[in-house]
Amino acid sequence: MPSSALTAAHPLKDVIASDSALRRFLHGLPGVDAVGLEGRAASLGTRSIKTTAKAYAIDLAISMVDLTTLEGADTPGKVRALGAKAVRPDPTDRTAPTTAAVCVYPDMVAVAKEAVAGSGVKVASVATAFPAGRAPLTVKLADVREAVAAGADEIDMVIDRGAFLSGRYLKVYDEITAVKEACGTSARLKVIFETGELSTYDNIRRASWLGMLAGADFIKTSTGKVAVNATPANTLLMLEAVRDFRAQTGIQVGVKPAGGIRTSKDAIKFLVLVNETAGEDWLDNHWFRFGASSLLNDLLMQRQKLATGRYSGPDYVTVD
Amino acid sequence: MASVFAYAPALESRSIVDIAPSYGLFIDGEFVEAADGKVFKTVSPSTEEVLSEVAQAGEADVDRAVQAARKAFEKWSALPGSERAKYLFRIARIIQERSRELAVLETLDNGKPIKETRDADLPLVAAHFFYYAGWADKLDHAGFGANPRPLGVAGQVIPWNFPLLMLAWKIAPALATGNTVVLKPAETTPLSALFFADICRQAGLPKGVVNILPGYGGAGAALVAHPDVNKVAFTGSTAVGKEIARTVAGTRKKVTLELGGKGANIVFDDAPIDQAVEGIVNGIFFNQGQVCCAGSRLLVQESIQEDLLESLKRRLSTLRLGDPLDKNTDIGAINSEEQLTRITSLVEQGEAEGAERWSPACELPESGYWFAPTLFTNVTQAHTIARDEIFGPVLSVLTFRTPDEAVAKANNTPYGLSAGIWTEKGSRILAVANRLRAGVVWSNTFNKFDPTSPFGGYKESGFGREGGRHGLEAYLDV
Repeated sequence: MPSSALTAAHPLKDVIASDSALRRFLHGLPGVDAVGLEGRAASLGTRSIKTTAKAYAIDLAISMVDLTTLEGADTPGKVRALGAKAVRPDPTDRTAPTTAAVCVYPDMVAVAKEAVAGSGVKVASVATAFPAGRAPLTVKLADVREAVAAGADEIDMVIDRGAFLSGRYLKVYDEITAVKEACGTSARLKVIFETGELSTYDNIRRASWLGMLAGADFIKTSTGKVAVNATPANTLLMLEAVRDFRAQTGIQVGVKPAGGIRTSKDAIKFLVLVNETAGEDWLDNHWFRFGASSLLNDLLMQRQKLATGRYSGPDYVTVD
Repeated sequence: MASVFAYAPALESRSIVDIAPSYGLFIDGEFVEAADGKVFKTVSPSTEEVLSEVAQAGEADVDRAVQAARKAFEKWSALPGSERAKYLFRIARIIQERSRELAVLETLDNGKPIKETRDADLPLVAAHFFYYAGWADKLDHAGFGANPRPLGVAGQVIPWNFPLLMLAWKIAPALATGNTVVLKPAETTPLSALFFADICRQAGLPKGVVNILPGYGGAGAALVAHPDVNKVAFTGSTAVGKEIARTVAGTRKKVTLELGGKGANIVFDDAPIDQAVEGIVNGIFFNQGQVCCAGSRLLVQESIQEDLLESLKRRLSTLRLGDPLDKNTDIGAINSEEQLTRITSLVEQGEAEGAERWSPACELPESGYWFAPTLFTNVTQAHTIARDEIFGPVLSVLTFRTPDEAVAKANNTPYGLSAGIWTEKGSRILAVANRLRAGVVWSNTFNKFDPTSPFGGYKESGFGREGGRHGLEAYLDV
């Protein structure tokens, strides 16, 4: 068994003593009422963010974007273009902040690393047999090690949803801790639950705690490759989880909604969720990210609109 | 980038609503002055600004209005239900079309946040008219026998906490069943009812079917006592409700009373905690707690008391109190100085009796009537704040150990309007709900309203039901 993420001093170390102890703990977490959760997310979505707050939110959101290309057709040229965009999102306005990271497949890490060199933009890589995660652990770990060796600053891993859904929580825990170990000290680990496949909110809360117990630096909603990805409700739920986890352990974990967030309006709603659920400690790109590719251009167009008073249109932002 | 995410003010524009400097009484389709020429001022609770001067109904005006309603009743009740439905549908649509205007007006006159008038009050107001419009031609199938008859003239007196919504609860079923109406809105919030009078004209409603008499308690008393009123409907305080019951005792008038409450919100140890916290907040801080069915007594299982209170306090710290026209405001102003005084004195009594008071750090505006969201712990059944209806943003927290104790404490009140149960266990919801003596029991939610659902209380919370099919009965001779 891989070494545990929970040290002897960890207040929750007992819960991983056995599969049944872990199950008891996860199933002992407070339940989630779906109607109430979605209602709360919807009501926070009606916050009206204007003028200075909107300008702040847009820049903050840009700085939180993990600019992503995860296509079978990705080429070095495509990745270099993405890197350039991450470093200089708006060529017409150098005051626009850089994005948080570019997110690519492991074989593109080296290219991406070079493209963003010296800019402070991180390179994240989806390792662990993304997006299905259906490969032996040895393969997943090799995937991670390759990415880290190529210079990845962050690893986005998918959990074994099959093991989770069949109740083998300790297996999922062990995989996460093994990947965390493979990340070493140089790469932060984002754990992707694929919430659309976990199906219930109770499962999402349990997965969140499981991921955090196993040492995740970030918990992430989804791969962006299934029908249901990040929603305000599942992100709100994960924000509650990181808030409660810090209250209990003192350890702060980041949150990354991914997939389906396309407009500035949506992004701002997510920032309101962060602000009013986890709090301002999570309001920077070390603790909150957007996994999105088309979001950035809408943020930039909104930013230009605030600066000039006019909508510019899609030809005034770059297509990469 | 290190600064906090502070929301800029997002004010709803006042320009959408045109408030006249003065308003008359609405009798027989016309705005008229009071017989004795009296007027009173209505102020905005959040600023103390005078919004308008309104004619004040007296006994002679009540008589005039009842006679107009009596005359209109002949034709109105003789219309086929489908014809009455057309008017009600038209009113409902006009309300929807003018909903933003009405929401701003209600916020100005009442002090509640625009978020609530926009997202809760107005949609429900329209929904009530739509719902009862649908019943108007189906009364034969409502379960009261074939061809149930209307009662005649309905005298209706409504409170200031949901001025337009309470008007809808009263007027929609009355008109659908063929009655005509004389309605007295509360003296602190007459404006939306007067705008509704204008909507009646806009809808072409026959003269005299709806009459609106702004005024004080005296006008309400005269209306209730008027010999030509066939049905009395009242929503308001238990004390006034008792007066009304005495007045109509021995007459042939039908009465429904919807009075005070001291709702218990019961949180079991297996509750969905985050949603329960939202439900508690919604239960007591919705409309500044000025809700008859507010969940003003939190009964929390002792084993989770500490965790729940911590979550609740953290959540209260995120509530935004301030200008009710700001779309981001969660807590608006208290409706009147008088109500603020009452809340303040009950809260002081709570402290004097030894309960522990807590409020989040919260800056109150300088003008207007404001009260910070307040939490009392160490409260027992013997405390005044656990027994008296405060009608303000004040939550009393009590504990229990077993379901039996929760039920006993929840029922141990002179009231019986609402209750809430929070648990993930379905069988417990059903078992506990069956034992609670309350007109509405919500499970894993609170303060949810729908026109299809009957509403009303037990014991000192009144009698009769409003809303749903049951709400028709109060306006039919059955």
